[in-house]
Amino acid sequence: MAEATERRIKIAFEVNGGAVEQDVAPEVALIDLLRDGLLLKGVKRSCDMQVCGACTVLVDGAPVSSCTVPAFEVRGKRVLTIEGLAADEALTYISDAFIDNAALQCGFCTPGMVLAAKSLLDANPSPTEADIKDYMRGNICRCTGYKKIVEAIQEAGRIARDGARS
Amino acid sequence: MKPFRLYEPTTINETVSTLRDLGDGAKLYAGGTELLLAMKSGLLQYDGLVNVKQVPELDGLAVEDNVLSVGARATHSTVEHADEVLSDFPLIARVEHGVANVRVRNVGTIAGNLCFAEPHSDPGALLLLYEAEVDIAGPGATRSVGIEELVVGPYETSLAPDELLTQVRVKGFPEGMRGTYLKFGYHHRPTLGIGAAVRVEDGVFADVRLTLGSVSPMPMRLRASEDVLRGERLDSTTARARAGELAADVCDAIDDLHGTAEYKHHLVSVFIGRALTEAIERGER
Repeated sequence: MAEATERRIKIAFEVNGGAVEQDVAPEVALIDLLRDGLLLKGVKRSCDMQVCGACTVLVDGAPVSSCTVPAFEVRGKRVLTIEGLAADEALTYISDAFIDNAALQCGFCTPGMVLAAKSLLDANPSPTEADIKDYMRGNICRCTGYKKIVEAIQEAGRIARDGARS
Repeated sequence: MKPFRLYEPTTINETVSTLRDLGDGAKLYAGGTELLLAMKSGLLQYDGLVNVKQVPELDGLAVEDNVLSVGARATHSTVEHADEVLSDFPLIARVEHGVANVRVRNVGTIAGNLCFAEPHSDPGALLLLYEAEVDIAGPGATRSVGIEELVVGPYETSLAPDELLTQVRVKGFPEGMRGTYLKFGYHHRPTLGIGAAVRVEDGVFADVRLTLGSVSPMPMRLRASEDVLRGERLDSTTARARAGELAADVCDAIDDLHGTAEYKHHLVSVFIGRALTEAIERGER
């Protein structure tokens, strides 16, 4: 049989472009490592059951619920949180589009929304309204009513395609 | 969450021996999208989790001779976006796209979904529509069973503690048969899922398959309803109504937050009609 791993697993991975090494117990969720271990407080816990999307981070470019994915699963992978997006001039057009379109009120869902939007635009730079609603259906906002979020993502798509802000 | 030890075998044989040695205190872990929620809430507790994602033998997704095989490591997203699935099994790609949300699909596996056997779920009823089989490795010879033999109750499978689902095999519908899958619900998990596949000849149902999920304790084939429809004209309202009644009789719906049993019986009946029409008019492979 396979031997158990050490109580604390040594993991090396990349967060927001920087190399990180941490020792984590297998039951530690990614969100707790990011928020408590690495002080990345832009990762938000809300439903804690993969439904609401507030805790969304990108792992190798793909959105996951950090509330439930174990931290050890990011071994050897690249993690992007909203702090990394905000610090990357090539990516802030997405968060700017949210601001310019007033696509947030309380802002608690916004980090997850922006990261999910990045992932959508990476795969599909010209999403229709239906594409956006379909992709973003797992990110819940209780303030905006979504219309402005859809508009913000459409504008971000235009900026990505045309390379200039309107 | 209660602390647990992590085991990371790298072969199927090692996975089986690890499960055998650890016994009831350990559980297989793939995507964890359902298992970890139950462990976080304290509903389930294990001393050890056996991670199957370090086993390369469980990779793989292919279509050969009209049979789709999906390894136990494949996520819903992998299945949903695979070219072979999109071209040869478009209905499976569509239903997989409808599972949960993109984050869950990026992590959760189709094999894990079947093994967790959560009743409110789409893949079981969909795969049953194709009469899919799963391959199971254990201490003895590999065995294969259908979905109905695998999932025997809510959160309950026929897997022994030292057995492991290695792959799902899905044979395409027989010549001329086309299918669909409809789901309904207002919660984050579906209230009802209906699979319907039909082969039409001269305006009658030459062959019919109907499967039900979410509303029932486990995915089920609606054989009595199929029998009533076979040979009947496509527009026979009496045959359709009878098929709906028979499905309501066997579905074993309960009163819960999704609605009363009576309401669910009504849903089953209505959605069988809709699914048959959809399969006739826009059925897919």
